[in-house]
Amino acid sequence: MPGRQLIMNFPVTATSHTLADYVARGGYQALAKALAMTPQDITREVVASGLLGHGGAAFPVGRKWGVVKLDDGQPHFLCTNADEGEPGTFKDRWILEHAPHLLLESMLIAARALQVRNCFVYMRGEFDLPYRRLAAAIEEAYAGGYFGEKVCGSDFACDIVIIRGAGSYVCGEASGLLSSVEGKRGYPRNRPPRLTVKGLFQRPTVVNNVETLSNVAGIIRDGAEAFKQLGKPKCPGTQLVSISGHIEKPGVYEVEYGYPLQKFLFDDCGGITGGKKLKCIIPGGISTKVLTAAECEPLTYDKESLEKAGSSLGSGGMIVIAEDTCMVRLLQVMLRFYHHESCGQCTPCREGMGWMHKIIDRIVAGDGRREDIDRLYAISALNDGTTICGMGDAAGYATVGILNKYRDEFEYFIEHKRSKLGGNLEAVHA
Amino acid sequence: MKHLIPEFEQWKKRFPPGFESSLVMPCVRRIQEDRGFVASEDIDGLSTYLGVPRIQIEEVLSYYTQFRRAPIGRWHIQTCRNVTCSMRSAERLIDHIAKKVGVAVGETTPDGRFTVSTAECLGSCGTAPVVMVNDTYHENMSIEKIDRLLDELK
Repeated sequence: MPGRQLIMNFPVTATSHTLADYVARGGYQALAKALAMTPQDITREVVASGLLGHGGAAFPVGRKWGVVKLDDGQPHFLCTNADEGEPGTFKDRWILEHAPHLLLESMLIAARALQVRNCFVYMRGEFDLPYRRLAAAIEEAYAGGYFGEKVCGSDFACDIVIIRGAGSYVCGEASGLLSSVEGKRGYPRNRPPRLTVKGLFQRPTVVNNVETLSNVAGIIRDGAEAFKQLGKPKCPGTQLVSISGHIEKPGVYEVEYGYPLQKFLFDDCGGITGGKKLKCIIPGGISTKVLTAAECEPLTYDKESLEKAGSSLGSGGMIVIAEDTCMVRLLQVMLRFYHHESCGQCTPCREGMGWMHKIIDRIVAGDGRREDIDRLYAISALNDGTTICGMGDAAGYATVGILNKYRDEFEYFIEHKRSKLGGNLEAVHA
Repeated sequence: MKHLIPEFEQWKKRFPPGFESSLVMPCVRRIQEDRGFVASEDIDGLSTYLGVPRIQIEEVLSYYTQFRRAPIGRWHIQTCRNVTCSMRSAERLIDHIAKKVGVAVGETTPDGRFTVSTAECLGSCGTAPVVMVNDTYHENMSIEKIDRLLDELK
């Protein structure tokens, strides 16, 4: 594994996801410790750890929690975002399938810190095994006295339910997620007010990603200082990277921040499929900007390094693209997706995604016009910052990222009415 | 849906009291599992049971791609067509399935055996391409594997 581990630090066996195995490897000790702490001290420890969100935005977790006013007389809610749907991302699924109690223990600690009685896990509707594993873990945890009226015999009461989504990418956005939990269409909401002020049912709500929360138990058990020993000062800890595409050994790897990217790609993941050359990577889900092979070379895997190169960690969903892959066709797949998933609430996204999809389809059909490249740029700019959620912006970043670096392939396609690279998406042809 | 109410009452114990509309998504899902789709009488029943306006449930049904108002085939074959799956032969797989089953994407076979669909990222990119049959993921699929699978699904 690339560096030290905090989450994938046990052998996966037929029973490693069960309560008995989790307790045997030291599970629920952090909860016992947290129950003896004040809520303020728990949050202080999380602030001190420097833990960043792992869902895509890398927002400091402690700062989010700190906004919730304790003793304000209203119910607070905690929602775990398990609506993993950013293309290329399948890391939360690993936690849900193999370490569900790590998430539950961390949620209990967070609930204690935020004075939450009712917790939700919002999980994408397609996940089957992850749902069954988490649901079984919840029943084990209730039976073991970890949830209910008296958590571990204390005066802390906490309940948890799973809400399953039903096929909407936008519900992975925190406010869209809350709309869905409320039993509505998954429409994102304007901020302010922040969700930590007016979230679920207009009550203060913290929404954190599965992996983000799963770090909390370890931080409380071993302390913030121990956590900060891993990774980089401004980006401590690890990231579960789900790597896929034209790579020899796809899968989920826990990468310590600061690990050399080349070493990860070529040593840990076995290099490019069929010994081909690397063309580029999409580092953290398709909404992050593409990085060419040359740009990747000097990078380490952490927030600062990727941002300096003009991209970001995103959701840790890394897609590896081999030489000879047609970037026009690849963008077509991406824009079809964005168009399909636009919730339709904001005009620039609802219309803009459709326009972009239409333009890329006509380029691929051999009917591209010379001005189409400029049009794609213009629509991307129009979406930037003009929509309620970040989806419009993200589609624009992805498009501009590819256009900036592979413009020649688009020009060639428009001029010659065919792909410069045979329209290939697959690295190995059958 | 009335026969499901005792089950919903059990669920309620872990939901925050006074915020019943958070049961809309779980209840709609359960109703669909039970009947195969959501009928008008289910909407009426759920609206009355949860005290949620009928239009809210209608909006939910028309928004989420997994919910449906009419029955589909016994086996729902959904192939992911997003980036990684496309990079690992999903396009050829989708063409093959449609040809083999004999209907276009989005359609159901006349005998009601198969409905063929595409899906956006199913979160299974490490084992792409992925085909979801009803609730089950079939990973690292190939044309040979899908042929065997389709033959088994009666």
